[in-house]
Amino acid sequence: MIQMSNVTMIYENGNVKAIDDVSLTVKEGEFAFLVGPSGSGKTTIIKLLTGEVAAVDGELDVNGFDLRRMRRGKLPKLRRTLGVIFQDFRLIENKTVYENVAFAMRIIGASRSEIKERVPYVLELVGLQGREKRYPRELSGGEQQRVAIARAIVNNPKIIIADEPTGNLDPVRSLEIMLLLEKINALGNTLLVVSHEKELVNALGKRVISIEQGKIISDGMDGYYGYE
Amino acid sequence: MNKIGYLIREGFLSIFTHGFMSFASICVIIACLVIMGSFSLLAVNIDSIIQDLEQQNQMVAFVDETLSEEDAAALLTQIAETPNVRDVQFVTREQARENYVSQYEDSALFEDIDGSVFRHRFVVYLDDISIMEQTQRNLYKIYGIADVQAHLDVANGFITVRNVISLVSLALVVVLVIVSVFIMANTIKLTTYGRREEIIIMKMVGASNSFIRFPFVVEGLILGLIGGGLAFLAEWGLYQLLTEKLMTGLIGNLVTIIPFNVLFLPMLCVYLLIGIVVGVFGSSIAIRKFLKV
Repeated sequence: MIQMSNVTMIYENGNVKAIDDVSLTVKEGEFAFLVGPSGSGKTTIIKLLTGEVAAVDGELDVNGFDLRRMRRGKLPKLRRTLGVIFQDFRLIENKTVYENVAFAMRIIGASRSEIKERVPYVLELVGLQGREKRYPRELSGGEQQRVAIARAIVNNPKIIIADEPTGNLDPVRSLEIMLLLEKINALGNTLLVVSHEKELVNALGKRVISIEQGKIISDGMDGYYGYE
Repeated sequence: MNKIGYLIREGFLSIFTHGFMSFASICVIIACLVIMGSFSLLAVNIDSIIQDLEQQNQMVAFVDETLSEEDAAALLTQIAETPNVRDVQFVTREQARENYVSQYEDSALFEDIDGSVFRHRFVVYLDDISIMEQTQRNLYKIYGIADVQAHLDVANGFITVRNVISLVSLALVVVLVIVSVFIMANTIKLTTYGRREEIIIMKMVGASNSFIRFPFVVEGLILGLIGGGLAFLAEWGLYQLLTEKLMTGLIGNLVTIIPFNVLFLPMLCVYLLIGIVVGVFGSSIAIRKFLKV
């Protein structure tokens, strides 16, 4: 699934290592949290996994794609094996809920009948039945994030990566989203979730990988996020 | 096929969902094409007027005095067959005398002048005045032609004026085309800039560059076609209006303006072609930057 070995990444505009000699493995079916303070390198790891930025050293394999040697032209193929959820939802404003989700299926060349069958199922799974014709601006933050989750899972990706998925939500909606992600994990999906919300992370009792100043400082299955 | 149909529909719908920016793009395309087209039409008309003036430039071939009127008139066929001769008219001694006298109607001095002092002559009109000297030499070779009077300096003057105007017009049209294409491409770029977030989302979901680019190209193509078509109609109306005003005025008596129906098809093709090129390239270039995610 995800295999990082001694990965280092430096942004073009700085001399500081955003990620410094990080090794990390996420296996199929796992639910792992990536935690740490702002600027610790969490988002950089997500960007490395999605091919937004490139490592300067080490080995990086995601779903069988060797990101250190892969041509940029293959990035769309890699991204189709991933479902990415962002803090700011990133929905297309002029598309309805249904279209935002169906759009991801169109990219992989799904037929109209496949889309008609799959999209309502996924929307029901995330609790958005009856909201198909709404536009993102007509939805609450929690609902918008559910649309983003539906879009992320609609193509049955091998891994779902969520970057601060509850960052823009109130505590109740945040818990709902986390429980939804847990439900998706229970269906067999692999999840890597970036978060800095201690209570939520601790409440779920999953694997917690802590990162600070670009280095992994702890990685445990006890589900405890102790950073203050 | 299903996918292509979807992408075409997306491009088409996008024109309406981004209505204001589409409107702005079309307006800029129309404005640039009308300015560029108006200048081109002016240049074409100036060139045509100069051509008319050139064609009025004539040579006079004088017949040997020993030839009778019949023998002189018989030379007409040979002169007409000379290369570059567009038209030729035979003028007898008597006609030449009358023409001469008529220039000095007020003076009684010339009334008694005898026709025998004049020679039979041919008034020769040319296709191309730039080879007037060569035509003059050819006419000299015809037996019975004693002298050929040609205003070579006037012809050379016309050629110089025409060359200068052609060069200046061409340079200005080229500059206008470049400036127009730049403005139009930048307007389309601005409309696309507002949609960079949409493009980034598409990229993150796994869309290939061609999947993202195709609807934008379709949109650019349609906007270019609409802009080009409307600009053509505007230019047509303006030209007709201006032509009517000019032809009924003083200028109408001096020059002939090319009727629009002669220019209709080439103008329509050029306008649509520029519209398409600007629309397609403008949108392709504009989104290229956002595709590097």
